[in-house]
Amino acid sequence: MLSALTLILSCQLVGELVTRFLGLPVPGPVAGMVLLFVLLLVKGTVPKDVGAVADSLLRHLALLFVPAGVGVMAHLDLLGQDWLPITAALVGSTLATIAVTALVMSWLARPISTDNPEKENG
Amino acid sequence: MADISEVWVYLSASPLMFLTLTLAAFQSGSWLYDRSGQKPFLNPVLTAVIAVVTLLTLSGTSYQTYFEGAQFVHFLLGPATVALAIPLYRQFERVRRSALALVASLLCGSLTAIGTAVGFGLLLGASRETLVSLAPKSATAPVAMGITEQLGGLPSLTAVLVILTGILGAILGPPLLSLIGIKDWRARGLALGTASHGIGTARALQAGELAGAFSGLAMGLNALATAILLPVLWRLFF
Repeated sequence: MLSALTLILSCQLVGELVTRFLGLPVPGPVAGMVLLFVLLLVKGTVPKDVGAVADSLLRHLALLFVPAGVGVMAHLDLLGQDWLPITAALVGSTLATIAVTALVMSWLARPISTDNPEKENG
Repeated sequence: MADISEVWVYLSASPLMFLTLTLAAFQSGSWLYDRSGQKPFLNPVLTAVIAVVTLLTLSGTSYQTYFEGAQFVHFLLGPATVALAIPLYRQFERVRRSALALVASLLCGSLTAIGTAVGFGLLLGASRETLVSLAPKSATAPVAMGITEQLGGLPSLTAVLVILTGILGAILGPPLLSLIGIKDWRARGLALGTASHGIGTARALQAGELAGAFSGLAMGLNALATAILLPVLWRLFF
């Protein structure tokens, strides 16, 4: 468990350092994700404890956004006088982006067999 | 017995109380969500945020004080993002086989996100500062804030808009995708991650690892695409 956590944190740290030094336009953790992915490709398998730590972090991913979400309270006044265009833009643009991305993807990607054990509530 | 206000002063100075509050609010939100038969608008992030904001406002607690406790949860966002490499690796064969379609869809999605956000804003008379702050709203927060700063908007407004976009996508996305008949989990995940970054990815992961892998990848790629495309487009049009 400990070595898996060390590995994940190390990837994040290297990701932060690389993006800062090279001025890359992605966040450090995203670069860390790429690094860990490359390491897994090289190793050819997910070590059992790394998989276990990752799964437990990701199982409650939504929880991790609550502190940042509460931060909205400190900045609500910024929405101020432009609240109507902002609301329309957020709702309209989010719906349009989801629809366009999904439609293009389902047109372009060749169908896969639907035998994967996904739940039906996505 | 200690005075209640002494206890309050003691507890509000330690991370314990607001850390516990964050977990308890999310736990209650999840319980409510499950009890309701997973009604989309009872999204646990939304209900937890509303509950915490209400309690903080009623008790006169500042966000800074709250965050001193909640930062331990917030910190885990970094390692969790790194951990998205695992579903991506496990689903890599499927990602690889649809790589071209994936990149094309992502670019369409990224351009739609920028174009419609600015378009709706312009149409309804948003100020220039608001438009800049709106434009990168589908990218993950640190990237979006960086772009806004670079183009002369308000990074703190962008932070709010990014979070709201995430929550909106997690709530409206799955019903919309079902409405337009998208059953392919790759397309559903990709769409949620492109439009609604990490919060969309959290939602996609609940539906399964395939959707989660595509969503996590979309979040990373859209951060990159927005960071490259938006400054170019902005200078072209404004």
